[in-house]
Amino acid sequence: MRRIVPIGPYHPLQEEPEFFKLIVEGEKVVDLEINIGYNHRGHEFISQTLTWDQIPFLVERICGICSDSHPYAYVLAVEDCAHITAPPRAQYIRTIIGELERIHSHYLWLGLAGHFIGYNTVWMWVWRYREPLLDLFELIMGNRNHYAINKIGGARRDILPEDYPKIEKYLDLLEKKNAMFTNAILDDPVIRARLENVGILSKEDAIAYGVLGPTARGSGYACDIRKDDPYDAYDKVDWNMIVFEEGDVLAKAKVRLIECNESIKIVRQCLKNMPDGPIETRVDEIPPGEGIGRHEAPRGEVFHYVRSDGSNMPVRHKVRAPSFMNVASNVVAVKGYSIADAALVLAAVDPCYCCTERTFVYENGKKKYSGQDLLKLSWEKTEKIKRRYGK
Amino acid sequence: MKKEYSKKILDEINAKFPEVIIKIHSPRRTYISISREKVYDFVEFLYKEKGFRFSIATGIDTRDGIEIIYHFSHDEAGTYYNIKVLVPKDDLKIKSMTMLLPATDWIEREIHELLGVDFIGHPNLVPLLTAETWPADLYPLRRDYADEHKNIKIKKKLWEES
Repeated sequence: MRRIVPIGPYHPLQEEPEFFKLIVEGEKVVDLEINIGYNHRGHEFISQTLTWDQIPFLVERICGICSDSHPYAYVLAVEDCAHITAPPRAQYIRTIIGELERIHSHYLWLGLAGHFIGYNTVWMWVWRYREPLLDLFELIMGNRNHYAINKIGGARRDILPEDYPKIEKYLDLLEKKNAMFTNAILDDPVIRARLENVGILSKEDAIAYGVLGPTARGSGYACDIRKDDPYDAYDKVDWNMIVFEEGDVLAKAKVRLIECNESIKIVRQCLKNMPDGPIETRVDEIPPGEGIGRHEAPRGEVFHYVRSDGSNMPVRHKVRAPSFMNVASNVVAVKGYSIADAALVLAAVDPCYCCTERTFVYENGKKKYSGQDLLKLSWEKTEKIKRRYGK
Repeated sequence: MKKEYSKKILDEINAKFPEVIIKIHSPRRTYISISREKVYDFVEFLYKEKGFRFSIATGIDTRDGIEIIYHFSHDEAGTYYNIKVLVPKDDLKIKSMTMLLPATDWIEREIHELLGVDFIGHPNLVPLLTAETWPADLYPLRRDYADEHKNIKIKKKLWEES
């Protein structure tokens, strides 16, 4: 007999708006219906009403976790349209931030995955070492999130040479800890038993559904934009693409864990070979035409398409986030597994429904900061950053 | 491998579909225009025979009709093939590719609700992103919708000032 188990519209575990309708026979999932759109904000429409330089700030807010990926792909698209090349130093800076963001996003997923399967130790451990990375972001760009580093024809902020040792110090710490996580998680018999042979997505299905990123690479489909269609500094550094054939949840976890090591390698090489020079080029106008930008975000290929008619705004700006393809593939990945596995399988693609929550600070039961206080704090910080950069 | 367009694939396309117009934008980006009747066969050729990966489709409201661009990635060579089709405004119909290529399912639903193109043969052409209460004949990504929207905004401002 068929019954329906609804998960959502507000996912109890992921705290994000989505709706999964699991159709079950006994304990077994036989079909899945996915409803999305609870968070549709019309970015593509808004984008047509903004100027070229304003859009990076808009697309950055599509997602709080990969807030570097969208503006990165967008500026690559506009640069492709206008045949601009960013100066070498800017290319290296953008590559470094892109890779640091990958580590932060993979750690976020790893912590959540640990939390999902009831291993709160993994969650607390991993997030303990993700925290210094966010501090590093704040040091370099002034924000823990929404970095605003990308700009058409360059980067908005430089990485000061005095900050290099701080980044390297963190990378040294991370390399040790990442090895520790990899061993601890992959050698744990309980985690292995829980993740192995669960939610298998075959290579044929992976290609048919066009999945991307770690989801595709965990299913044996070697597709990584950084290798296939190298941009910025990615073809100037030495690193490996991580591919596993199994297609289960464990393979996806392995891809993400080992990929962090490759990211560390890339950032190290970039810091070592960072060229001197300007960080931006002058961009006068965007000629009529079309441009496509692709960036390998933590979850897969982010795709941006822009069409220009020579005015100061795009005629059309198409955004495709990797989760749009990855979430749809759940329909095949979840079939035939038990309800208990379903929550895990649905989370294994690292879905991102693009919402971040805001925080209040309470002390002794009273709200500590009002809106005005927060504004004041942000002004003070801007002043601090200006002094650092000598402006 | 050299990351550039291979002449071989472009020649094959030209031999098989002589009517296409190929425009090479940069070493790794090309745009191919094809008629509405031929696009299904062309996509089948790229996906089944050449093993290209479907990336996404874009719908654009232009002066002559709704333009749909199917973006295909050739991952081995790192190149990008964009197939452009024009669907005239008085006959907004095109053959659905969902049965051939499951990845197109969601994007066809999205283009259907935002721009009003009918995908013939789609098994489940219900709205994907917009709310259930959204009127079925209002297409938010069309140009005329944008104009209406602008007027509403300006009126609101005037009213606020007075």
